[in-house]
Amino acid sequence: MNSFWIILFHTYLNKLKSKSFIITTLMTVVIVLGLTNIQNIIDLFDKNGGKDSIAVLDETGQLYEPLKQQMKATNNDIKLTQYKGTEKEAEKAVEEGKYNGLILLRFNGEQLPEATYKAMSIADSSLFADLQIGLQQVKTMLAASKINLTPEQLQKLYEPVAFDKVALEKDAKTEEELNQARGLVYVLLFVIYFSVIMYASMIATEVATEKSSRVMEILISSVSPIKQMFAKIIGIGLLSMTQFAVFLIVGYYSLMSNMDSLKDGFFGVYGFGSIPTATIVYAVIFFILGYFLYATLAAFLGSLVSRIEDVQQMITPMTLLIVGGFMIAMFGLGKPDAAFITATSYIPFFTPMIMFLRVGMLTIPVWEAVLGIALLVATIIALAIFGARVYRGGVLMYGRSNSFKDIKQALELTKNE
Amino acid sequence: MVLKLEHVTKRFGSFTAVDDLSLTIPEKEMFGFLGANGAGKTTTFRMILGLLDASAGSITWDGNPLNYSTSHLVGYLPEERGLYPKLKVREQIVYLARLRGMAKADALKELKIWLEKFKVPEYENKRVEELSKGNQQKIQFIAAVIHKPKLLILDEPFSGLDPVNVEMLKEAVLALKENGTTIVFSSHQMHHVEEMCEHLCILHKGRPVVYGALKEIKRAFGKKNLIIHADFSLEFLKDFPGVVKTKPTTEGAELQIEGERVAESILKEIVGKGFIRKFALEEPSLNDIFIEKVGDSYE
Repeated sequence: MNSFWIILFHTYLNKLKSKSFIITTLMTVVIVLGLTNIQNIIDLFDKNGGKDSIAVLDETGQLYEPLKQQMKATNNDIKLTQYKGTEKEAEKAVEEGKYNGLILLRFNGEQLPEATYKAMSIADSSLFADLQIGLQQVKTMLAASKINLTPEQLQKLYEPVAFDKVALEKDAKTEEELNQARGLVYVLLFVIYFSVIMYASMIATEVATEKSSRVMEILISSVSPIKQMFAKIIGIGLLSMTQFAVFLIVGYYSLMSNMDSLKDGFFGVYGFGSIPTATIVYAVIFFILGYFLYATLAAFLGSLVSRIEDVQQMITPMTLLIVGGFMIAMFGLGKPDAAFITATSYIPFFTPMIMFLRVGMLTIPVWEAVLGIALLVATIIALAIFGARVYRGGVLMYGRSNSFKDIKQALELTKNE
Repeated sequence: MVLKLEHVTKRFGSFTAVDDLSLTIPEKEMFGFLGANGAGKTTTFRMILGLLDASAGSITWDGNPLNYSTSHLVGYLPEERGLYPKLKVREQIVYLARLRGMAKADALKELKIWLEKFKVPEYENKRVEELSKGNQQKIQFIAAVIHKPKLLILDEPFSGLDPVNVEMLKEAVLALKENGTTIVFSSHQMHHVEEMCEHLCILHKGRPVVYGALKEIKRAFGKKNLIIHADFSLEFLKDFPGVVKTKPTTEGAELQIEGERVAESILKEIVGKGFIRKFALEEPSLNDIFIEKVGDSYE
């Protein structure tokens, strides 16, 4: 077998078998399963089948029914029970856990409803807010009937104004589509960001380990450093693909089996039901290119350090580049058509995230995306040629220093005078 | 299959590590490289292996330059010892052997033979970090020779080993030479080179100061050592014509003299002065030559 493939599979299989890889993969699988089953898990912990039961102590005898009607309309998960007894007894019942809370209803001076909410703790603000909305509506109705407004007039008063957004650009995304795109782009940006940081530093560590254990000199006397570098980059790349395949398969099946409960929640709003193919294709392209860009950078930075402890320090500037790109992309989520975003999307180190953001959120001409990709590919090639030379010299250098001066020194080592 | 270095020079910026080095290393011989730290030995080896390009001159083996297409013919034990600490001996050796073009099954078979030879068959499934330093060195030696190279380069193969292991490794190296491997090795220890090499080269600041066959070098050096054990004082010999150096010992003195004739005159001079227990004329040691040529003591 060609030595390139021997190194590639050696790198791949060794990492695949390593404890740390298995543990991180399993942990992420658990997180994926958790996220896709979130509704089931929440339901599991909610004792009353997800329903909050509230005792209502109605002093007026007139407010309980309208409030019950309102709550039925707005939130079905809140169960109201009319409590016959004193306030003290009701409080005791709450303390014993029979009810989640207690609401005291009465009229104020103007014969309008007033209420006090009592619970063991008032941390559950959503329950309180729901009750408040219900009560507000009861009050509005009562007040309206006092000034002799008909329900029709009242409805008119509260009808929202017709206000539509129309994008003039042809093929521009609708508001709904934008929301969907935002969710998807957000998730994929995170995936690109985390995986590039994780796998790039894995490569740098791998190279530095071989160097610090001094096995490097035997390796480079058998196989050319450039071959080694690319075999390693592709080997780790294969590893990342394997990891993602596991996550995707687990996530997909888990999502499919839970689709019913998730459709209405977060996943529905952010459009995971119908993922546009183009966005996924672009995500894959930008992920692969982004990986190659930063992996090449990481490999030659890793070749410059002599001790594993220095790896993190050496790749910090690279990590900052990735973080910077991610920050800009996060800002761009809200304002994808800003000139600043357009400009930065052509800077190769930011392209994988920001150009992806633009193609995902906006309808930009294909040539713009192609230009970004072309610039990125050109940078990768240039970096690979430069990196391979630094790598070739870098792996022979041992010393305490690990500054960028070493790059110059490494290049000098490979120079053919 | 002669290894030829012709006018090889390597400069790192303004620093010249190897300066106009020309050597011919005959096939199936053992060639010794001597020199202080920084003399240019490792740089020379790295150039022979093609890890570094020479700034000037050429290195050929059998008329062709050495590069990665010939890596299966070459074995290398670097001065800096190192293997993958977390890998088992077997995985490690098989990986490195395959990179030198060996099939997995052959590598496993050879590994067993070598481990037996070094009397450590139980190490096959141990991780390298569990082994002592000396034993790691044995494993690394196996990694350098398992693919039966035609040219073997050993950078300080015996440093850091106990005498038993040095003997074991020496035997292995000599056996390889008997089987027709051309071996180039460097050492700090003069006596290793003296014992094992027919040809040698002493490098000093990148320049070859002594180069040739060991016997020739000793003969050309001319000076001899004279050891005298006597009951009377040998102080006066210090100014005797033809005596280069004197070193008093508890039993007498050790002299360096310009030739056999001087020994004759000295013998005539001291006979009758008292009882002489020992009067021996010896060949100069490599260490003497090294000190003379390099200028200061090294060992």
